[in-house]
Amino acid sequence: MTKPWDATSEHLLRELAPQVLGAVARRFHDFAAAEDAVQEAMIAAFTQWPKESVPENPRGWLIQVACRRMTDHLRSEIARREREKLVVAEAETLSPMLEIDADMDPDDTLILLFMCCHPALTVSSAIALTLRAVGGLTTAEIAKAFFVPEATMAQRISRAKQTIKASSVPFRLPSPQERMERLPSVLHVLYLIFSEGYVSSVGKHLQRLDLAREAIRLTRNSRELLPDNPEVAGLLALMLLTDARRAARTGPDEELIPLDKQDRTLWDPAEISEGIELLAVALSKGSVGLYQLQAAIAAVHDEAERVEDTDWPQVLALYELLKQVSPGPMVTLNHAIAVAMVYGPAKGLELLRTLDSDPRISGHYRLDAVRAHLLEKTGDHETAIKHYRVAAARTTSMPERNYLMTQAARLAGD
Amino acid sequence: MKYMLMMNTMKAGQGVPAWPQKDLQAHISFMMGLNKELQERGELVSAEGLSFPDQARLVRAGNDGRPITDGVFPESKEFLAGFWIVDVDSPERAYAIAARISAAPGAAGTPLNMPVELRPIMSGPPEEMV
Repeated sequence: MTKPWDATSEHLLRELAPQVLGAVARRFHDFAAAEDAVQEAMIAAFTQWPKESVPENPRGWLIQVACRRMTDHLRSEIARREREKLVVAEAETLSPMLEIDADMDPDDTLILLFMCCHPALTVSSAIALTLRAVGGLTTAEIAKAFFVPEATMAQRISRAKQTIKASSVPFRLPSPQERMERLPSVLHVLYLIFSEGYVSSVGKHLQRLDLAREAIRLTRNSRELLPDNPEVAGLLALMLLTDARRAARTGPDEELIPLDKQDRTLWDPAEISEGIELLAVALSKGSVGLYQLQAAIAAVHDEAERVEDTDWPQVLALYELLKQVSPGPMVTLNHAIAVAMVYGPAKGLELLRTLDSDPRISGHYRLDAVRAHLLEKTGDHETAIKHYRVAAARTTSMPERNYLMTQAARLAGD
Repeated sequence: MKYMLMMNTMKAGQGVPAWPQKDLQAHISFMMGLNKELQERGELVSAEGLSFPDQARLVRAGNDGRPITDGVFPESKEFLAGFWIVDVDSPERAYAIAARISAAPGAAGTPLNMPVELRPIMSGPPEEMV
């Protein structure tokens, strides 16, 4: 029985994409070509299914279309090279589709995830390839999300596949040891897709793919595939606890609203409770990492009904742990804010001075923005204005620049 | 990260450069090749060449809000000849592209070494920091 296209169909299609790709890639031993073939099958499904109906066996349908494309691809390769009797033989003896359909491996999505987040790739190409091969998105959708032409995005993806081909990564699950080593780059790519959802969201009126939602979906799938890893759960919790505040984060003119000024009734309670639950389970496993700690900090904020209820000593303790697990100037910067909240702005400013000689952050707008904020708290408005303006000149985020200029103007008007 | 790379070369009243045909062709083919390369690397957002300064107009609103145009410019002023918008992984990569543009071949194939102004393009809100 076929069924009509509805709101769940698109989700189903995206969930099937990596499974279909895994089966086709294993069958033909050619990830790059299989990925193109599955993309074509996805586009065919997106065009036909809403008009007709969702086929009885959607996965079989996709595999069949992708295999047909693969066969066409192989035939044209053969014609081009006019030799390779071996390939001809293979193309002629393609297994019946049902056999391939049965050839599903639940690890395929995981294999693809590790492949697409391979450390040999640049971050932007890993993101694009992950969204297409694992996320089942079309090139056009990805291009639109990143505000680049479709042809450019297609090239980025194609180059990423060439890099994978050149590094001869086999299409199989990395060993447990390798998985441990490479998991941080997988999580990093997922995290970047999530934060890109914030960074490139210029103008809500634009019809664009919701990258933050997409990152949450992919991380949710990853957690099902790696249920015992507390950092995967930690990352999912961090995304949910951050995304929960989305509606409160910007005002009607898309101006930024900082955490302490947000209308907390706009926060999403379902995302908060799911995030907290996930985090509690992850933390109980006793292997605390970078994402769990950040999620824990987000949870402390999310649990405060009013800004004055925030448990700052708890936030401070978490930043101290984070500094040990993952030291870096950005962590120190945030640590300084927590120090200021617990021990007063002068103590926070003292900590900031240790960052002035750190070239990784000394010219970064965030250092000036935090300094301005703490100086304002000490009552030194004149110096605070100066730093708000320096920060405004240094940021490349339009809403952030507007926010910082407004802060300076507010103090100057006093 | 997106950057705008602006090539400021033209001067008003100078017209089309009088290079030998071979050199002119080399310059054009360099620019076409560069754009193709940027596209193939998945970095090109857009590239546009602008008309010569002779066609530039300076527009201001008059008291009634209507446009008042002005067309003649002092010869010393430099004009934007064209611009690129690229999406790259690092500022260093953007500088490298700018340097390639700067060294485009001119008369007798000598690199022009023209100044290329590079500006980061503003993005949306920054990532959430806890």
